[in-house]
Amino acid sequence: MRVDAMSGTRLLYNLRFRAILYQVIAVGSIVLLGLYLFSNVSQKLAEQNIATGFGYLSREAGFVISQTLIDYKPTDTYGHAILAGIVNTVWVSAWSVVLATIIGLFVGIARLSRNPLLALLAFLYVEALRNVPLLLYLFLWYALIVTSLPAVREAWEILPHVFLSNSGLTVPSLLWTGAHTIVLLALVLGGALGIFVHRRATALRISTGKTRTTWPWVALALLVPPMLAILIVQPDLTVSLPEKGRFRLTGGAQLRPEFTALLVGLALSASAGIAEIVRSGILSVRKGQWEAARALGLRDGLTMRLVILPQALRVIIPPLTSSYLSLFKNSSLAIAIGYPDLVMVSNTTMNQTGQAIEGIAIFMLVYLGLSIMISLFMNWYNSRVALKER
Amino acid sequence: MIQSKSLGRWLALGLIAGVASVSAAPASAQSTLDTVKKRGKILCGVSPVAPGFSYADDKGVRRGFDVDICRAVSAAIFADPDKVEYVPLNTNVRFQAVQSGEVDILSRQNTWSFSRDASLGLDFGPVVFYDGQGLMAPAKLNVKSASELADAAICLLPGTTTLQNLEDFFRPKNIKYESVVFENSDEWRNAFFNGRCDAITTDRSDLASVRAIANDPSQYVVLPETISKEPLAPTIRQNDPNWRDILNWSIYTLIGAEEKGVTQANVDEQLKSEDPEIQRMLGVNGDFGKMLGLDNKWGYNIIKSLGNYGEVFDRNLGPKTRLGLTRGPNELWTKGGLLYAPPFR
Repeated sequence: MRVDAMSGTRLLYNLRFRAILYQVIAVGSIVLLGLYLFSNVSQKLAEQNIATGFGYLSREAGFVISQTLIDYKPTDTYGHAILAGIVNTVWVSAWSVVLATIIGLFVGIARLSRNPLLALLAFLYVEALRNVPLLLYLFLWYALIVTSLPAVREAWEILPHVFLSNSGLTVPSLLWTGAHTIVLLALVLGGALGIFVHRRATALRISTGKTRTTWPWVALALLVPPMLAILIVQPDLTVSLPEKGRFRLTGGAQLRPEFTALLVGLALSASAGIAEIVRSGILSVRKGQWEAARALGLRDGLTMRLVILPQALRVIIPPLTSSYLSLFKNSSLAIAIGYPDLVMVSNTTMNQTGQAIEGIAIFMLVYLGLSIMISLFMNWYNSRVALKER
Repeated sequence: MIQSKSLGRWLALGLIAGVASVSAAPASAQSTLDTVKKRGKILCGVSPVAPGFSYADDKGVRRGFDVDICRAVSAAIFADPDKVEYVPLNTNVRFQAVQSGEVDILSRQNTWSFSRDASLGLDFGPVVFYDGQGLMAPAKLNVKSASELADAAICLLPGTTTLQNLEDFFRPKNIKYESVVFENSDEWRNAFFNGRCDAITTDRSDLASVRAIANDPSQYVVLPETISKEPLAPTIRQNDPNWRDILNWSIYTLIGAEEKGVTQANVDEQLKSEDPEIQRMLGVNGDFGKMLGLDNKWGYNIIKSLGNYGEVFDRNLGPKTRLGLTRGPNELWTKGGLLYAPPFR
C-alpha cells in the first residue's frame, strides 16, 4: 500500500484508511453505547435499591437439581448449581451434535439416492423437520414419551432388570468409583495406542509399499492397558439393580425422558439442516469426479467415502459450523420440557435471588464463550480439510 | 469522560428514536398516579392462566381474584373498574416487569418475602390471600402424608419459593426425591396428569386451580401438610408512597366494607348510614379520597363495582366455584381469620 498524499482530504479518500476509520467508529460507538448502558443500569439499580454484584454465587442454593453429571447437593452454592447447569447444557448439546451429524449425513446422501422412494422419504423428513419450530417438536417428543409409555409403577420390563416407563429407561449400572475411572482412562490410552499403530503401518505402506498385518498389534494395544489397570486397581463389580419402590425405580442408571426428548428434538431438527448442507456439498463436487472414480473401478459406496465426501467437506464445514452453533443455542429450550440446563438453573437462581442482570450476564458469557469455542474448533478443522494449494 | 458520556447519551437517544417503539419506561420524577391518569388505564401484571385468580373467560374477558384487585384500584382512580390492561407474566419475569415499569401493579400469586422486599426494589401491598405450599398426589397412590413421598418424583414450576420450601421440608426428614421443573405451566400440569410425577407442589390455592382443570378432580387429593407460609400480596415499585397508599387502602376498603357489612347490593343505602366510619369510607364525610389524590367517592366506587372482600372471594374462589376454597385464614379477624383493616379515621 502506498499513501500517495499527506493532505487530510486525500487521506479521507484512501480506501484502506476509510475502511479502518469506519471500523474504529463502529467499534467505538458500540463500546460507548455499552458503557452508557452499563452506567445507566448501575445507577438505576442503585436508585431502586436493587442488590447488585456476584456475591450471591457463594450463597447456598437450597434447591434440588435431579439430573446432574457432576456432584451437586442442595447444600452447595448457587455457583456450583450454575456449573452443574452448564455441564448439563454441554452434555446434551454434545450428544445431539454427534447424533445430528450421523443422521444428517445419511439423510443428505439419501436425498440424492437414485432410488426414488428413498429420496422422497428423505425429502419429506427434511421438509417436515425444517418447517416446524423446534419448540413444538420438543413438546411433541416429550408428550409422546410421557403419554405413550406406562407410568413407572406399571413399567415394562423389556429385558431382565431393564425397565421402560414414562420416567425413562432404567438399566442396571456399576457403582462407579475412582478405580473404574482409571480403567476407563487406560482404555482410552489403549485406543490412542491402537490408532498410532495403525497410522504407522499406513505410513509405512505408503512409503515402502509393504503391507503388514497390524490387527494383532491393535488388539494388543486395546486390550493390554485396561487389563493391566484392572489387575492393579481391582475395581469392584458391584452392580446396582433397579428395583421397584413405592413410587419410583431405585438404583441403576436412568435415561430420563426430559433428556431424551431434548436430545431427540435437537438432533432431529439439526439433522434436517445438516442433510441439506451435506446434499449441497455433494452436489458441489463435479460429475467428472464420479466418472473418474467409476473408471477406476470404485463402487458407489467407496466413491462416496473416498472421493466425493472429502471434497464435499470443504463446502460442508463452514455452514455445518453454524448448524452446530444454533443447535447449541437451541438447547436453551430445555426449560420448556423440564431438563435442568444452564437456563433453567439460572432462572431459578435469578428468581430466588432477584439478581436478574447478573444471571443474564452469566449465561450470555457462557453461551458466547462456548459458541466461540465451537467456532474455533470448527475453523481449525476447516483449515485442515480446506483445499491446500501447493 | 464527560464527552464520551454525552456522546453515549446521544447515541442511546438516537437508538431509541430509531426503534421508535419505546416500552413504557417509568419517568422517575413523575408519580405512578399521574402516569396512570395520563395513560387512562392501569397496567396490571397477572398470571397467564390460573383459574380463580386470573384467566380469560369464554368471552375472552380476564377474570379472577387477582384481576379484581387491579379492578378495585381502577374503580378507585377512574370510577370504572375496567380501565385496566392486563399483562400476563410468568414467574420468571414478573418482578423485572415491576422494576422496569412495564406494569404498575403486579397482582399475581406472589409471596411476600423478606429478601424480595429488601433487595428487589419492590414494595408489597397488604396480604390479599394467606396461602401455604401444599402437595397433591393421585388418589390411587394412596398417599396420606407428604412424609411418605420418599423417592417420589415431584413436578414443580421454576423460579418461585416452591423449590426451596420443598427442600427445607424434606431435608430435615432426610427424604430424597426427584424434582422435575417446568417453565411452562401447561407442561407442568400435563406431566403430573400423565404420571411423570407422583406429586405436584405449589401454593394450595394454585393446587385447587390445577385440580379444577383435571378431567376428574376426585382422582387427586391435596395432602394435609402446609409446608410453608405464603402470604400473597400485590407488588409495586419502591419509593412511590402515594401509589402504595392507593393500593393499600383500596384493599383495606374491600376488607373494611366486609367488616361493616357494606355490600355491592346495599352500598347505595349505606351512603345514608349513621356509622361515621362507613361515611368516611364511602366518601360521604371527610376528605379521604382527596388525601390520596383521588375523588372522594373512591371507596363507594370500589364497593359499587366489585362488592366487598367476601363477595370478591366467593365470586372467584369460594365453595360455589370450581375451586371450592373455604375462607380458612382468609376470614375476617372478627371471625377467627387473619384479615384486618386499619381504621378509616
